[in-house]
Formats: sequence, structure tokens, C-alpha cells
Amino acid sequence: MTWKWESQRKQYGRALVELGKERSDIVVLDADLSSSTRTADFASAFPERFFNCGIAEQNMIDTAAGLAASGKTVFASTFAVFGTGRCYDQIRQSVAYPKLNIKIVASHAGITVGGDGASHQIIEDLALMRVLPNMSVIVPVDSNETYRVVKTIANTKDPVYVRIGRADVPTVTDEDTPYEMGKATIMRDGDDVTLIGCGIMTSKSLEAADELAKHGIDARVINLHTIKPLDEKTIVKAARETGGVVTAEEHSVMMGMGSAVAMCLVENFHVPMKRVGIPDVFGESGACTELMERYGLTMENIVEAAHDVLKRKK
Amino acid sequence: MEIYDGEFISELESIARRVRAHAVTMIYQAGSGHPGGSLSAVDILVAMYFHLMKHDPKRPDWPERDRFVLSKGHGAPALYAALAEAGYLPVAELESLRKMGSRLQGHPCMRKTPGVEMSTGSLGHGLAAGNGMALAAKLDRKLYRIFVLCGDGEMDVGETWEAAMLASHYKLDNITMFLDRNKLQLDGPTEKIMSLEPLADKWKAFGWHVIEIDGHNMKEIIQATNEARSIKGRPTAIICHTIKGKGVSFMEGSLHFHGKAPNDDEYKQAMRELGVAPE
Ligand SMILES: Cc1ncc(C[n+]2csc(CCOP(=O)(O)OP(=O)(O)O)c2C)c(N)n1
Repeated sequence: MTWKWESQRKQYGRALVELGKERSDIVVLDADLSSSTRTADFASAFPERFFNCGIAEQNMIDTAAGLAASGKTVFASTFAVFGTGRCYDQIRQSVAYPKLNIKIVASHAGITVGGDGASHQIIEDLALMRVLPNMSVIVPVDSNETYRVVKTIANTKDPVYVRIGRADVPTVTDEDTPYEMGKATIMRDGDDVTLIGCGIMTSKSLEAADELAKHGIDARVINLHTIKPLDEKTIVKAARETGGVVTAEEHSVMMGMGSAVAMCLVENFHVPMKRVGIPDVFGESGACTELMERYGLTMENIVEAAHDVLKRKK
Repeated sequence: MEIYDGEFISELESIARRVRAHAVTMIYQAGSGHPGGSLSAVDILVAMYFHLMKHDPKRPDWPERDRFVLSKGHGAPALYAALAEAGYLPVAELESLRKMGSRLQGHPCMRKTPGVEMSTGSLGHGLAAGNGMALAAKLDRKLYRIFVLCGDGEMDVGETWEAAMLASHYKLDNITMFLDRNKLQLDGPTEKIMSLEPLADKWKAFGWHVIEIDGHNMKEIIQATNEARSIKGRPTAIICHTIKGKGVSFMEGSLHFHGKAPNDDEYKQAMRELGVAPE
């Protein structure tokens, strides 16, 4: 399959600028990474509504809290590793607990950061964010969806964490593919097995479905862009109708999207399942594709997991 | 310099005595809480809610109100007592502190208690949150002011200094920080646990206008706050020299009463000293 590869960050920047034009309550903060996260686009369009907080992520999150408590809709951005772990207490105490209108849109998540290595490759941000009460967690699948997600969450009043990557990602949705927060998208129908992906691993799941089709296996592919609130209905229905589930994510398998799906299925409809994701180890420097292979994030890994699930299905 | 008639000042002082008595009673009834840091901050709170701030207890959401952030959230009993005396809550509700289902959480929660502007309790967040409010006021061309009360223990927190830098970088002359300089933190004297001095010089070096006062003297609190109002282009830090546990002899300067409720006898004596009948 040939995809167009595009930048999620670029669409984030574009959506922010549009929001800035449409609404005067939109305020954007960054922590000395605005050229990387692309909040710089907003900064140059609306300098008076952009505040660079310097290399002070904790300060940025609490400043966001004060702005949100004063009626602003605040987007705060930095790399995901600094925008979650570095300021976890600030997010917990001043964003999630008081349920303030703050959108943390964090870029450079996962191992596709590449050369910077493990210090910058956060593989546990979904775990940290999804366990917080009041916090929604979204992983846009591609650049189009990033744009729509940003435009959509600007209309909610609650805290949201959005995870995007550094690298360009395959564009698997159209510009007008509808996006609804908390409602998973079925990308391809099938009754033999379900492949659930998020972020870049949704495109890998679609490729895996093509591969499985060559062997007469009809895979359903779901883009689970919203990790929380979880679309349990779509997940359980797929498990019921296909009898087996494979999840795929660019995140530690310990407590990411796959774990959320597993918990849902254990409680609602138990089927054979396999999680594709980063094992319980830190990443390292390398090229994206090398890293994806090394840490088990390929189309082949998904196909193999699907065969394993099908075997257990009986 | 403004002249205040003695009667007005002694009225504030008698409110402060009631607030101290409420705070000690609440902690006694709850069986836990932080008397020391509540009592050292009472005079500042009373000067704010009964004279210096523009606010309306009947309309906690009034957009033009001044904002007060209790960064040292463990001083909650004093804040709740001041809010109740000011009319945000029934005084009778104070006894629900820390009880199941209460609006009065152990540490301030902005979603539960009218008049509470920011949820705090984890130390070192309040100044940055105050900065956010100050930025919003500037964006909206509003004249309301932001007041943040920090403990001196919070000066250990890196984020405090990040916020100090941000406030002066963005020329936030609409924010004033009161520093409750009671010279004690949880484990001991600040200068023994983590040296802070020369503290005034540090704030000056970060671009703040600095005033030092006796934090138990109403006149000085009022004058310093008015001076802060007149300073343009930079934020003001008011270093309030205070006594931890102020008002109850055996709590004054006591480490023990940083985070411990008085027992029955201690409670009775505290009330005698504050000139209030025990509840
Ligand atoms: C981040 C954080 N670490 C530790 C604590 C526990 N704690 C509660 S009060 C306190 C001491 C605070 O000292 P100070 O700010 O001087 O307050 P005061 O003496 O005025 O009570 C500590 C360490 C906390 N609440 N937050």
C-alpha cells in the first residue's frame, strides 16, 4: 500500500492558527520548543496570546491553570516526555483535579523520535495520562485527524491530552473523514479477527489486514484514536463478531491502549487477544524504521499476532 | 502615607482573633491539620478579605473580583475561616473540615468551596497559577489584581523561581506575592533544612519589587499592599516576617504544631488565650 506521509505537527500548527482567528479565548503556551511543536505558527500570528515559559514545563502547566481558571482555552505544548512525566504533579493537581480547560498537545512521543534516543522517547505517556480522573486521552492517527482533533477539543471545556509524533506518518483518513471524540473509527470491515490500532500503528494494521487477506483472512481494522473515554461498545461488538483481537500501539505494552482494550474485554467479552507494542524496555537511538523493527512494531508483527489469536480461537 | 484610625485597625484585629479561634477549633474537631502555618497567615488573610481585596462573597464568580491563591494549601483552615467570616460560607459549616462529604477538603479545592480560586496542597504551584491569572487579566484589559500567599518552605521549590522569572519577564505588575516568612518548615528551621537567605536579595535579583514588613501588623500589611499597587512594570514580593503558630503561646515557634491538632487540654488553653469560649 502506498501512503502519503505527512506531518501531524504541521496540522497542529495550522489548526491552532485557525482557532486563534475564530476565537479570542484561545491562548497558547510552550516551553522553548515552539519551532518543533509548531506552536510557533500561532506565536507569529497572535504574539500577544502566546507565552513562551522557557525550559520550565512545571511552570508552564501551572500558568496554564491560572489562565484556564480565568476563562481562557489553553493549549500547552512541548515534547511528550517533558509535557507528561516532567510535570506530572502539575497536571494532576492543577489540570485534572480542578478539571480545567487545558489541552496538552505533546509532540515527539514514542520511539519514532529516532536519533535522540531513550531520554526523549516516551513510551509511557498514555499510561500516565489515562490513569488521571477527568483527563481524556487522544492519539490522532495521521495529519488530517490531528487537525480535526485539535478543532474538536477546542469546543470542550475539560482537560485533554493529545499525543502526536515527530516523524511524518501515513495519511490514512481523508480530510472529510468524520471525527468524533470517544467514537472509534472502523477503517475496514471483516469477521475473522479484529486489529485495533492507534497512531502510526493503525496504518500498520491496515497493511497487516491486506496481508491477511492474501491468506483468505478477513480482518476488521479499528482506529482507536480516543484511548479515554474508551469506545467499549465498538470494541466489544468487534470481539463478539470476530472472536479475536490484536492491538497495536507505539507505546509500552504495560499500560497503554492495548491494556485498556484488554481490561475492557476481560470484563465484558473474553476473546483470545494479543498486544503488539513496545516491550517493557527503554528505546535507543536509530532510524525510525530500524527502531520499529527492533521493538516489534511492524506489519509482520501484527500478522503474526493475528495468526496466534486465530489459532487460539479454534 | 495613609492614616488609619485605631478603631478600624482594632476591628480587623478582632476579626483576626475570631479567625484564629475558628482555625484552631476546626483542626481540633477534625483531629488533624496544620495549626502553625494557618495561624502565621491569619493577619494577611484578614487584611485581604476585610479591607484590601475587591470581592463579593455573594458572587464568588464575579469576573472583576481580585483573586487570592493560597499556594501553601495546608493553611486551608485559616482560609476557610476567613471566607466564612467574610460571608462565603456559613460559619457553622467550618466544623465539617476534613469530614466525609464536606465542601471543606483538607487542602483547598476550587471545585468544592466558593471563594477558593485554585486547588492547592502540593507545594510550589500557586505562584505560577497566579501568574496565569495575571496574564489573563492583562489579555482581557481587566484591572483586577492577583494575590498569592506562599510559605517560606515553598522557596525550596524550583517552580517558585521559574514563576518568579516569568512574572518579571512578562512585567506582571498586577500580581503580589505575600511570603509568610515564619522561618520554619516541616522538618525544622528553613535555614537549617535549606538556607534561603539572603531572600530579599534573591527576589530583587529576579526583578521583583521587594517590601519587608511585620506580617502581624495590619497597618504594615495594608501599606505594603497599597505600595505594591503603585509599582508599575514589575511584580511585588511582600516578605512578611511572621511567627508560626501566632496567637497561641505554646504553638508559637513550635515545630510540633506544624501539622498536629491540639489535644483537649491544649485546645482549652488555646481558646482561653484567644479570648474565646471553647466549642
Ligand atoms: C510538594 C510537597 N512536598 C511536601 C509536602 C508536605 N508538606 C506540607 S507542609 C510542608 C512544609 C511547608 O513549609 P512552609 O511552606 O514554610 O509552610 P508553613 O511553615 O508556613 O506552614 C511540607 C513539606 C507538600 N505538601 N507538598
